[in-house]
Amino acid sequence: MNVLIDNLGEFGTRFLGTIELFVLSAIASLVLGTVLAAMRVSPVPAMRIAATAYVTLLRNTPLTLVMFFFALGFPRLEIVDLSYFTLAVVALSLYTAAFVCETVRAGISTVPPGQAEAARALGLGFGQSLTLVILPQAIRAVVPPLTSVQIALIKNTTVAAGFSVVEAGGIYSTLSERGYSTLVGLLWVALGFIVLITPMTLLQRSLERRWAASSGGVRVGAR
Amino acid sequence: MSAPTAVLFDVPGPKARARNGVLGVVAVVVVAALLAFVIVRLAATGQFDGAVWEWILYENIQLALLEGLGNTLRAFAAGAVLALVFGAVFALGRLSDHAWVRGISTAVVEFFRAVPLVVLMFIFYFGMPSVGVTVSTFTAVVVGLTLYNGSVLAEIFRSGVQAVPRGQSEAAYALGMRKSAVMRFVLLPQAIRSMLPTIVSQLVVLLKDSALGFLILYPELLYQARVLGSSGQLGRPLLPVAFVVAVVYITLCLLLTLLANRLEARTRRSAAATPVPVDGGA
Repeated sequence: MNVLIDNLGEFGTRFLGTIELFVLSAIASLVLGTVLAAMRVSPVPAMRIAATAYVTLLRNTPLTLVMFFFALGFPRLEIVDLSYFTLAVVALSLYTAAFVCETVRAGISTVPPGQAEAARALGLGFGQSLTLVILPQAIRAVVPPLTSVQIALIKNTTVAAGFSVVEAGGIYSTLSERGYSTLVGLLWVALGFIVLITPMTLLQRSLERRWAASSGGVRVGAR
Repeated sequence: MSAPTAVLFDVPGPKARARNGVLGVVAVVVVAALLAFVIVRLAATGQFDGAVWEWILYENIQLALLEGLGNTLRAFAAGAVLALVFGAVFALGRLSDHAWVRGISTAVVEFFRAVPLVVLMFIFYFGMPSVGVTVSTFTAVVVGLTLYNGSVLAEIFRSGVQAVPRGQSEAAYALGMRKSAVMRFVLLPQAIRSMLPTIVSQLVVLLKDSALGFLILYPELLYQARVLGSSGQLGRPLLPVAFVVAVVYITLCLLLTLLANRLEARTRRSAAATPVPVDGGA
């Protein structure tokens, strides 16, 4: 208990860093992932190919490698000076967007084809039928698995610990400097993550149960 | 074009074809511009100079990279085998008829699925020494991979067994089989067939996660890249080495993914097996 109380400020700063990383990357990855999904189902072959290549590449790259490229490789290109924090947000967003894209795309295919056919029969174009008819109905099938993707994201923020970003996982270094037990400190961090994740898991399960009856529901592997 | 998405737009007429053509050109130009910008920056900062690629000719560096690859594969192999065992044991626990076995198994699986793998590895590598237990980096990586991926696999196994139609186990019980016989001869053979693609996909995750060993300085591929990349003698060729390592990682993962896709296509073709929903979320 002492480990937590004596270092409360440190724990606070670091968990705030984790949450900040998570919120920024979650927003960016949801936007980018949805755009990629739209590209993957669009009538333009070049866009489909580009989005498919992106998703295949990122899904088969370890996040640590993506982070390695951005945190250590990007500064070597001498384009702009970005903080490690910004680079970590970029890496996490780009990586997670590939999983968001797959989830949204799977959700689009759960909407009955009759809906898209009806939209076309009314004279709606691709953009209109996607944004006005398909995506609103796909949300139900997409939100539960998207929550899983975001849970994976909040856990993945800890990878940034290896690249000089202030977040919860890196607390061991401060604790061992101050002479506290790193084991106890890290167990508190584990508990902190359980506290952060449990509401999301409960939300996901209740949505899944409530919405499973009416639509098929999609589950796509995250990470 | 697959059936479900082709329904989103009509067969393009002359106007739409022209518009799609323009959009296609714009997309190509944007992607090409991005790639060109990166390549120009790479060239401008001298990443294509012969001097920073010279290391690739040195035998001892090739051997160091091979050793890194060997360490990655070693952690992957040990982690995969142990995670499969861990998953099987805890899936059986969660399917047990005894409430206390179910309770313990559920708690263990849920705990290790919720804690980030990095934190698990830190607990073993940085945490254990403070209670007097020294853990090697290899052990910390393998134990972390086992606990996390084993828990996810336990959920996959469990949902696979539960997805086998109820009538199958009822019929087996009616034939007079005991609980273990029903599991061994009726449920598992059917479940494993439908679960196989999902299991292989989870192994891809495990392979990717083995790169986290970098954070606790396990001498795997990425770590070797960092060491070589910051060596002043070689002209600090961080990006060139990272490119080579990236190609190796992505090739390995793509091969496993291809295997998973082929297994899935095979499962889909045989109508008898029902595919298991994937829940690798946590």
